[in-house]
Amino acid sequence: MIDEQLISIILLSLKIAGVAIIFATPLAIILGYALARWKFFGHWLLNALIYIPLVLPPVVTGFILLEFFGPKGIAGVFLSNYLGLDLGFKWTGAALAAGIVAFPLIIRPIKLAFENIEQGLIDDASILGASPLLAFMTVSLPLAFPGIIAGAVLGFAKALGEFGATITFVSNIPGETRTISLGVYALMQSPDGDHDALVLVLITVGLSLSAIIVSEWMSRRFVARSRTIR
Amino acid sequence: MIEIDISAKLGKFSLQVNFEAERGITALFGPSGSGKTSLIRLIAGLETPDSGLIQISGRTLFDKSSDINLPVHKRNVGYVLQEANIFPHLTIRQNLTYARWAGRRSRIINIKDVCKVLGIEKLLDRMPDKLSGGERQRVAIGRALLSDPSVLLLDEPLSALDHSRKLEILPFLEQIRDRYDIPMIYISHSVDEITRLADYLLVLKNGKQSIFGPIESVLRNLDIRGSGDALEAGSLLNGVCTGFDNNVALAQIDIGEQILQLPIAAMRIGAQVRLRIKASDVALALSKPDGISIQNMLVGKITALRQTDPSHVTVDLQIGTQQIRSHITKKAAMDLALEESKSCIALLKAVALEGRGDP
Repeated sequence: MIDEQLISIILLSLKIAGVAIIFATPLAIILGYALARWKFFGHWLLNALIYIPLVLPPVVTGFILLEFFGPKGIAGVFLSNYLGLDLGFKWTGAALAAGIVAFPLIIRPIKLAFENIEQGLIDDASILGASPLLAFMTVSLPLAFPGIIAGAVLGFAKALGEFGATITFVSNIPGETRTISLGVYALMQSPDGDHDALVLVLITVGLSLSAIIVSEWMSRRFVARSRTIR
Repeated sequence: MIEIDISAKLGKFSLQVNFEAERGITALFGPSGSGKTSLIRLIAGLETPDSGLIQISGRTLFDKSSDINLPVHKRNVGYVLQEANIFPHLTIRQNLTYARWAGRRSRIINIKDVCKVLGIEKLLDRMPDKLSGGERQRVAIGRALLSDPSVLLLDEPLSALDHSRKLEILPFLEQIRDRYDIPMIYISHSVDEITRLADYLLVLKNGKQSIFGPIESVLRNLDIRGSGDALEAGSLLNGVCTGFDNNVALAQIDIGEQILQLPIAAMRIGAQVRLRIKASDVALALSKPDGISIQNMLVGKITALRQTDPSHVTVDLQIGTQQIRSHITKKAAMDLALEESKSCIALLKAVALEGRGDP
């Protein structure tokens, strides 16, 4: 039923989405905290920027990534020369595209979670002697944890299904950048690929559904907990 | 020792305070919006004054002239709010010891002692969402105490609680005051709490310090009517219980050479008490009257006589080392020919017991 090729597509998708989330989530925690808790110059601009991938057509995102991170882009050349990291037409590029497109979905619940923490609790931590970093580690982070999980899960599901930005930026290379969505697309182009496409579609629906359920469950737990605060 | 001399602009509100409290509890009193909480936040470092000095027990927390402004986590203050925030993700034990594991504060005060004093030994392994309001306040007080504070800032710590819970916590505050010798600043709208606990009283009005001084002299000299909760002018007398008559349920209170009788269910001999007598409950006589229901009479000497309105005067009497104030009509004062240094008898219509400490 499920041949090796399909399994490798699924595993590649999981790897790309996983790497995307592992890099995007810590960044989302830092930016989410900064946006939720601090007032600084350019706050509104940053706030708008993080949501841009949500409203931008994915093809446009992919195009920008290609111009910037592609083999001839400024950042692409820099990363390739100094870090030996090639993004163009590589799975790492697919992870970057997935991470950027998923970023708004990751940061939103995280930012909300930080906003929901009462300032009084953070003040109390400082008054009791915790340095700002320790107050963050011992109070803000654990209290925002359900929001962080919710964001990461939602972002993972989004990254798993990313299509437009990926195909524009890193193309559709079997074994390198052909993720589930791209695989479904490729299979639909071939005359006898319908069956395999259906299998991939079902697996995707299953993965997405479980991600939404986990995320919902987490945020409900979070709401229940913040209600008992005070 | 609390030494504060600051002025601060917080938005449109400006605050100016200058006082020194030697020891014990300094009560902050004033209508809402008068700057009480702002003052406490300035001391804790949550707000920054524009100029001035904040010193606690010789340690400078803020000094504009030498550019000292300790960050909040280095100020070593304890802070308890009206509705205290308990970390909801930590057990009560982790909450209580937070200052030790996250704040790296020293372990001068013993956790067992504090839990015993506050009656929270049995709660230690619970999560905060299972606590009642009273328990929550006690945990917050304990957590503040265990942070080894050089001053305790209490912002209406009891006002969210019902009367019986208040009565449950007040003795703890008295014990903390007596046992750990930590200076406290205590905001309260409750005259009862203030007169029971405080050593000093600071009254704020629109961000300005309108009155400050030791509570006994301040209370004698003021009438803060119209500041929300009327704090009526009166006197505080400190005394010691020297006897108790079970048959009539009367305690004898020695206030220094003279004895007052206080109707009360029970009192231990030797107990330190503080009595409050409203100025309007003190009548004056030139000699001890016969056939009168009033039991408490004190012999004193008039130290001051002052007209408060066209028909009333206040009369201050020296009773041994303490003072008592009377509020009578001008006509009565004229009929009795009252004047300074004249001896007379104070008849006390009502005496309220304010606080009880253990010697």
